[in-house]
Amino acid sequence: MTGTELLRRVGQAILVLALAYTVAFVLLNALPGDAVLARYGNPDLGLTPEQLDAIRASYGADRPIIARYFDSLWGFLRGDLGFSVHNGTPVAELLAEALPRTLVLAIIAIIAAIFLAVVIAFTASYGKGAWLRTIFRNLPPLFVSLPVFWIGIVFIQIFSFRLGLIPAIGAGPVQELILPVATLAIPIAAPLAQVLLRSIDEVSEQAFVKVVRARGASTSWLLWRNVAPNALLPALTMAGLLFGELVGGAIVTETVFGLNGIGSLTAQAVSQRDTAVLLAVVVIAAIVFVTINLLVDLLYPVLDARLRRSHRVKNRRAGDEAAEDRSTPTPATSGEPQ
Amino acid sequence: MSVREKLTLDVQTPLAAPRRGRGQRSTYLSVGFILPAIVLLVALAWAVAPGLFVSVGPTETVGPALQSPSGSHWFGTDATGRDLYSRVVYGASQSITASLIAVAVGLVVGSLIGITAGAVGGKLDELLMRLIDVLLAIPTLLLSLSVVILLGFGTGNAAIAVGVTSVAVFARLSRSQVVSVRTSEYIEAAYGSGGTFFSVLGRHILPNSLTPVIALAALQLGSAILQISTLGFLGYGAPPPTPEWGLLIAEGRNYVATAWWLTVLPGLVVVLVVLASNRLSTLIGQGGKA
Repeated sequence: MTGTELLRRVGQAILVLALAYTVAFVLLNALPGDAVLARYGNPDLGLTPEQLDAIRASYGADRPIIARYFDSLWGFLRGDLGFSVHNGTPVAELLAEALPRTLVLAIIAIIAAIFLAVVIAFTASYGKGAWLRTIFRNLPPLFVSLPVFWIGIVFIQIFSFRLGLIPAIGAGPVQELILPVATLAIPIAAPLAQVLLRSIDEVSEQAFVKVVRARGASTSWLLWRNVAPNALLPALTMAGLLFGELVGGAIVTETVFGLNGIGSLTAQAVSQRDTAVLLAVVVIAAIVFVTINLLVDLLYPVLDARLRRSHRVKNRRAGDEAAEDRSTPTPATSGEPQ
Repeated sequence: MSVREKLTLDVQTPLAAPRRGRGQRSTYLSVGFILPAIVLLVALAWAVAPGLFVSVGPTETVGPALQSPSGSHWFGTDATGRDLYSRVVYGASQSITASLIAVAVGLVVGSLIGITAGAVGGKLDELLMRLIDVLLAIPTLLLSLSVVILLGFGTGNAAIAVGVTSVAVFARLSRSQVVSVRTSEYIEAAYGSGGTFFSVLGRHILPNSLTPVIALAALQLGSAILQISTLGFLGYGAPPPTPEWGLLIAEGRNYVATAWWLTVLPGLVVVLVVLASNRLSTLIGQGGKA
């Protein structure tokens, strides 16, 4: 990738982020009833309109929206995420407090999901017995049809109440994470397994596989040498999308299991109409998403020799549509029927 | 096709094993088609005329609280002695209507943006597509939560919020359709024989671009049902006495230890309907392709 192309791509990412910030800010500040009114407007508190105005002034909520926009943008650039409207705590502090738990949950869930996806895809392709393969092939479409919150509740029902394996109250730090991780892993594993399955199917149909087989390669050789590298690329393109699933899943999972993390913080923020917290969460999620996609785009030519140098230019032209979709042209999946 | 669309299409492919023989495949197709069709039709009938399926109202107290499923109360009764089956049937009108509204919002707004961008092209195209990038950059649930916080809680607002999350997918698809049709030769010919921008758009570009967009709308229904029930579960949808699928499960949560049916049965209904609509839309999509 040339220097100018790199700059162009980074510039585009920054533009999308700036726009995302603007859209989120406008959305969350166009509220008809503001949060100050929601919190202090209760007649029981007996605050006069003048006092409410004073509170607004202390939050800076009385100034024109343009001024607030630039203030808050400048704050975000310096790492100052503003204050929670609900209890006045700095948002950065709330997030920092909640982040470690969510990170632990997310990382273990991702690892579990990758493991689950690989098991599903391999069993569906190479499992013993047609019925076993059919069952595993139908798992991913089933998994995407399950509501995440329902999975969590059913897990609690089965493992905590029926089988009594994991105490519903007072579980240890490790035990406490088992069910949330399992719940969160399912929606992430489903699309991943689907992509792996398709890559395996596609590669197996290619002529070179017959040649490799004829020369005595075992199934596992085929998997690691030929299928895995081809499956890695489309799986990588989905990183951004899986991040979206992860965020949504974390909000639901943490709510169901009563864990304190970014997810439950977000859900609370919505219930309390705490726009400052939600704005910070949305902007951070957008930053992570855009960064993941940028990295994937930059990594693609490194991982796939076909996308390097001269091909790169040609692909850009030919796949203009695809390039705008942020998914760099993917030769590994280009054979799909449209 | 964007990553997200590709994925929804991928994930929902029913995976008819390609190595099967012909005869087997066609029986699979007929059973696989009729079953989800029946499920969806029943769900739609519940939504349109719930009174035909149950004799008791969703908020009437009909018996002792927390009765397990039986002949008289198929799904048992809830904490205040209401018939759960009746609540699920009446809940269909909330959940399915909201999902249809959500898909309609995404379809109309998304296609308008996509068609405008694709047909006009140039700077406007660039601008609109960057906006769509922004919509895609915010995770789905966070985006719908932002809209919910803006509009307030309630089934209608939740439906709009879910609709907003599918705008980007529809815009992408309709734009790429319009662009690919626009560059084909018969469009050039239409312009060449004296067509104006709008007459060519209306007569040639739109009719030839919309079919896949309609197919996507069918695909989005299942995911809309899931998202609506998630918002309902989190408490941002309909207020409590209303029977809504997500809310029913949320209410049953307090009784997981004693009354399994309150959460399991409404959840199974959601799963069945979502599975059915996913399968059906894929089969329809495949039929269109073949």
